[in-house]
Amino acid sequence: MNSSIFDGDMAVGGAGASASAPPTAEVFTRPKRRGLRRIGFSTLAMAPFIIFTFFGLGVPVLAVIDHAFRTEKGKLTTANLRLVSHGVYRLGFENSIKLSLIESILPGILGVFLAYAILTSSSGWLRRLVTTASGVLANFGGINLTFMFIASLGSTGVLTVWLKSVHLDPWNFGFNLYTFYGVAFVYMYFQIPLMVLVITPALGGLRTSWREAAQNMGASNWQYWRHVGVPVLLPSILGAMLLLFGSAFAAYATAQSLTGGIIALSPIQIGNLMNGNVLSGQVNVGYAIGLGMLVVLTVTMVLYGLVRRRASKWLQ
Amino acid sequence: MAFQKLKVALVAAATMSSVVGVAISASSNAASASTTVNWAKVTHVTKSGPTSMTALVKAAKKEGKLNVIALPPNWANYGQLISGFQAKYGIKVNSENPNGSSAQEVTALTTDKGRSIAPDVIDVGTSYALTAKSSGLLAPYKVSTWSEIPAALKDANGYWFDDYGGYVAIGCNSATVKCPTSFAQMLAAKSSSGYKIGLNDSPLNSNSALAGVIAAAVANHGSLSNVAPGVRYFAKLNSNGTFVPIIANASTVQSGATNIVIWWDYLQASGISPSVKTWKVVVPSDAAVGEYYSQAISSSAPNPAAARLWEEYLYSVTGQNLWLKGEARPVELAYMQAHNQTNAAWLAKLPAIPAGANTMFPTTAEIAAAATVVTNSWATKVGAG
Repeated sequence: MNSSIFDGDMAVGGAGASASAPPTAEVFTRPKRRGLRRIGFSTLAMAPFIIFTFFGLGVPVLAVIDHAFRTEKGKLTTANLRLVSHGVYRLGFENSIKLSLIESILPGILGVFLAYAILTSSSGWLRRLVTTASGVLANFGGINLTFMFIASLGSTGVLTVWLKSVHLDPWNFGFNLYTFYGVAFVYMYFQIPLMVLVITPALGGLRTSWREAAQNMGASNWQYWRHVGVPVLLPSILGAMLLLFGSAFAAYATAQSLTGGIIALSPIQIGNLMNGNVLSGQVNVGYAIGLGMLVVLTVTMVLYGLVRRRASKWLQ
Repeated sequence: MAFQKLKVALVAAATMSSVVGVAISASSNAASASTTVNWAKVTHVTKSGPTSMTALVKAAKKEGKLNVIALPPNWANYGQLISGFQAKYGIKVNSENPNGSSAQEVTALTTDKGRSIAPDVIDVGTSYALTAKSSGLLAPYKVSTWSEIPAALKDANGYWFDDYGGYVAIGCNSATVKCPTSFAQMLAAKSSSGYKIGLNDSPLNSNSALAGVIAAAVANHGSLSNVAPGVRYFAKLNSNGTFVPIIANASTVQSGATNIVIWWDYLQASGISPSVKTWKVVVPSDAAVGEYYSQAISSSAPNPAAARLWEEYLYSVTGQNLWLKGEARPVELAYMQAHNQTNAAWLAKLPAIPAGANTMFPTTAEIAAAATVVTNSWATKVGAG
């Protein structure tokens, strides 16, 4: 199940399966040994990565699952999972998923157009500037980002005051930074650059020869995009959007410092349970939410893996 | 051969220490035995003998260091307490994760167990002290001034004991708005008042913010055991447009995003007052809700003598007055006032308790119940707007 995410594993498995299909004499002897040796070597080369993944990802995942099913005293229970599937914790999942969907679709679309504009721009320095800036901004988040928005677009922010002086105070038009949509707005600040960053290589893979070929056959601009561009890019775009989903799903400090807990979000609830000063002795409820998030992210990753496999077909 | 020797030595050492153990329990006057006292098991210092204050100082100096955790230097004047302790005893204080939370302190007791960097002492919200005690992470100890700590503010067996506290206070930038002195005034204010009221953190995460909600409940026909009116209070402020749900601190005050902050009086004094000269802190006239933090010694403290000496220092007149200097109310304040031991200048700086106010201190059970109520309703009630 999990291995389908990794293209490498699939390739090895796929080759083995197709080789064993026609049972000729050769298959039973030499190719098999060669295959074994290849697997042996590649496994060895992969060993540091596998060990790292095991301790960095495997062990924590197992610990999360284990804790989620135990009481604070260590007895087996499903009470934690039942608790987090109700009430405010369920609301947390709903809000987190809703926020992540918004944060994958909107920045996804905007990011594609921005990346395409940069890529086709004739100015080399602009291209480099935007790419570098995207790399920086995609990793800009947390309390600094919150404060930047409070200082610029908060109710007394610099930009707000300036807009107020020209009678365009956004707060008079229903804008409120400290709400769900305020959080969504602030997330765009790192989500759009992230999209630019991950989609640019895919857009770069769109070969000019395809476009020329289409034009030679009399295709209009619209027809080229309708029948060539979009179908080729779609898996990459969807894949990148799933990545954005994961990024927004796990974001924590920005929302926490902007809305002080008035919006229920799963990562913040985990923080309250495991790291807080208020809810003592409920750490395993936090693990149970963690398990829920793991399930959501696993689904995302499996989808990402499937989409990615389709995308890589075209970009080789 | 060498192995044999080692074994003999081990047996000899074991025998000797058990003899010493007997000697201590019989409280003999063997001064030379003081170096072999197992300070991790000492529950109080004696007037004389191997577990006297003098012996404790000597043993602590020999350990030479003390590991503390989650003590911000500008929190209740901990910076001066730490440097004062270091100067007085020449013991190096290692301050780990100064901005950590109570939960992280208790976690560190478990995860760092057996390591030389493990915390020796903790300063936590009382509910965390109870959790740590029930997990067997604490060692009982009664400081020399034990009888001066009010009975309600300590564990009868000495597993934890409250240290300092304060009241939920309204801090306000008097340069920008007309300062409110009660929860009622803030509730009545419309957004045209210019009030931008913030809590120091999310009440789902911070004990002080939770106390702010409890105080709001007390001021609005609720009580320490009925905090729902407090949640409704903030929901109303939010719909009035006077509540700003960000994490309020000195920077949000300086930028103007908040001009009123509900927080412990002593943390406003150290966290906001120094950078905002027009900051006024008052205990609200309609709710005087206070809480204390608790001290405890780790049962697996790597420096058990230094840990005990640190507690003796904190509960000495010097230590208690240094907390007072940080505008926190030390737990022995009443006794010290009665015996004229307080520093008058520092005492005068404390925000006054309004005349006729009924001071209230929620119990850990009430705080835990309040935490559950607020956790389950804060997002749906306050965030619904």
